[in-house]
Amino acid sequence: MAVDYTFPEGSARTAAAQQEAAEHMSISMGPSHPSTHGVLRLQLDIDGEIVTRADPVIGYLHRGDEKIAENMTYNQFVPYTDRLDYLGPLSNNIAYAMAVEKLAGVEVPPRGQATRVIAAELSRISSHLVGLGAFGIDVGAWTIFLYTFTEREKLYRLFEELTGARFTTSYTRIGGASRDIPEGWLGRVDAFCDQFLPILDEILGLLTRNRIFLDRTEGVGVISRADAIAYGLTGPNLRASGVPLDLRKDRPYCGYEQYEFDVPVGTKGDSYDRYLCRGEEMKQSVRIIKQAVKAFPGGDWFARDARRIFAPPKDRVLTSIEELIQNFMIVTEGPKMPPGEVYFEAENPKGILGFYVVSRGGGVPWRLKIRSPSFCNLSILPKTCVGAMFTDIVAILGSFDFVMGECDR
Amino acid sequence: MASHHNELSYDSKIEGDVVVSRLDAVINWIRTNSVWPMPMGLACCAIELMGSGGSRFDIARFGAEVMRFSPRQADCMIVSGTVTYKMAPQVRRLYDQMPAPKWVIAMGACASSGGMYRSYATLQGVDRILPVDVYLSGCPPRPEALLDALVKLQQKIRREPAASRLFRA
Amino acid sequence: MPATHDLAAALARKFPQVAPRASTDWPAFNIPADQALTALQWLRDEAGFDMLTDLTAIDWSAAASPRFTVVWHLTSTSRFDCVRIAAACADDTSPSMPSAIALWPSANWHEREAYDMFGIAFPGHPDLRRILMWDGYPYHPLRKEFPLAGLDAPLPDAEVAEETGARVQAAPYMGGPFVATPGESAGVAEPCGRDQSWSEGKEKPAP
Repeated sequence: MAVDYTFPEGSARTAAAQQEAAEHMSISMGPSHPSTHGVLRLQLDIDGEIVTRADPVIGYLHRGDEKIAENMTYNQFVPYTDRLDYLGPLSNNIAYAMAVEKLAGVEVPPRGQATRVIAAELSRISSHLVGLGAFGIDVGAWTIFLYTFTEREKLYRLFEELTGARFTTSYTRIGGASRDIPEGWLGRVDAFCDQFLPILDEILGLLTRNRIFLDRTEGVGVISRADAIAYGLTGPNLRASGVPLDLRKDRPYCGYEQYEFDVPVGTKGDSYDRYLCRGEEMKQSVRIIKQAVKAFPGGDWFARDARRIFAPPKDRVLTSIEELIQNFMIVTEGPKMPPGEVYFEAENPKGILGFYVVSRGGGVPWRLKIRSPSFCNLSILPKTCVGAMFTDIVAILGSFDFVMGECDR
Repeated sequence: MASHHNELSYDSKIEGDVVVSRLDAVINWIRTNSVWPMPMGLACCAIELMGSGGSRFDIARFGAEVMRFSPRQADCMIVSGTVTYKMAPQVRRLYDQMPAPKWVIAMGACASSGGMYRSYATLQGVDRILPVDVYLSGCPPRPEALLDALVKLQQKIRREPAASRLFRA
Repeated sequence: MPATHDLAAALARKFPQVAPRASTDWPAFNIPADQALTALQWLRDEAGFDMLTDLTAIDWSAAASPRFTVVWHLTSTSRFDCVRIAAACADDTSPSMPSAIALWPSANWHEREAYDMFGIAFPGHPDLRRILMWDGYPYHPLRKEFPLAGLDAPLPDAEVAEETGARVQAAPYMGGPFVATPGESAGVAEPCGRDQSWSEGKEKPAP
């Protein structure tokens, strides 16, 4: 809107029009911003303090994962899945491996599945800890961040023992994993869970009935149930709006049906509900892990009958010609997948991560589409942010707990 | 006596309450021990950056825990994460907005050279648009590695001829 | 599975041109492009698939016809099952598919991404612009003839491009192939860096 910025003598009307024009601002929030959780840019039009239009601009971390997948074998793509939701990489690894295993018609035996469940739940705890920490720090509570990152360090130690890396684990392979669990690891996981619950109560106690936190998050960013489904929201964001969809219970995979756990579902769909859902989910994850550790089966940890898909054990490769050739083919050409299409969804910490794999045979997919939960969660921002105060945007973004690595791929 | 090595050492000759030293040494000592990073936290390396700011690795020991997201208040831009072509202009703009003296740490494989993302959308190393002082490898580098890079940067800062550039930036 | 049979039978009754599509897991159907929206609406309203989980496209390469297929994945939040609907775009050179945004607002960003990556237009979409690449980017990256290394283009910001001299440069792998193609002889197909002489400082070898 064109406004004349000169002040004619004594003209109050122009000054008032000036004032009004100055209150309508167009602000670009991001892509480098402490509260945008990565490289998200929000083009906001604000009228005073109220946001009148919000247009998220994403793609600042688009690295071309789907194109890369068309040039990599199935196993070579596993490190790229780590870097999708880089706050809980193990769950991405697991979701991807299960998608491709579904395509191949291969199932990992119970020991492998139990390992995957424990790994996925640990990574859920890890991801929610960052979500809470970042949410807290965005609305002004520094301490939460330090507490949650200390707990994450303990988790990193467990991940490093299992996979070799603190995070960006690249743990799974098609048909199994890179290695079996180390000796004594289950005991350490159990010990972590035991000491984690009181600390989690302490962390949540800092925020749950905190007057300032309640003022900042209650009633902020309300998403109705219908909107949540229409916009494709998943994960804690969807459950906080009252839709009890959790793939671990509703479409169980990887042996989740044997474990007993509850799924927290919210009522109002505001930021506070989303926070509560994540907090409670961590407690339920601990419950699952303890059950899995207690009932941990023996046996194989990889699909022994998946001959052209999972590389044989190294000692066989180095001594037997047939296994050597098999290993060679799997490494150079990739695991032999039948032609077909498969779409597998897993309940990741951020929401439902789906992999749509189109294979024309061979070791390299023809098309790999990554259905990213953060991409869909963010698409509701233009609707949610309008009408909110400018400072509430930060609380809304924090409560969504998205990660741009996943959103942009 | 002041040493004539490359590295300026903080030698002082104390006479009563007066400390005599070289201007370079003093300026560099000040700059070294309060490098305020601007975390250009783009991807996974940012999480390790946050981890190094956390309690276990504690970047505050090196004077660098004041992570300023405003470039005007920061000394060192730590580019942590993949720089895409879409993001590259913003990184350069923010670097331009930093007041001198300023340094850049390219943290991780993606910032140093594009990393494992050799694709159409990824800038193959942030040194194509910024002058980088310290390259740090790793995917992601451990927080200890980041602290090592910071120490190396501090050693580099200590060698600078700061006094001659003081009014020239 | 009785549910699948019911769905397939009901769909076939209502839309006679629907054909089953080969799929390893969920029921999948091929639908002609002009009936896609009506079929999707029927699935949403009558069959209870209330959530559009994913919308994507596949490029079967320039040699194939039809070249582009748009794929919708629908989920039911009450029955927790999934269905895949695929429709081929009629035109191979300027593909288009009616927008599903009136049925599900979540289609908004998915369609922008399909447009960005494949160049598929979605008439009916209120704001069809690029979402992952920047607005002036001249290519559609997920098309099969577009190389992974990318093609040269100017940086999105002219000021910064002038200041730094940077451009969007193609970044081919040195050497290669890195994945063997099944069926070729091992000496040819084995992954190895074939041409080690090329480096970024030198001229690129001719293709």
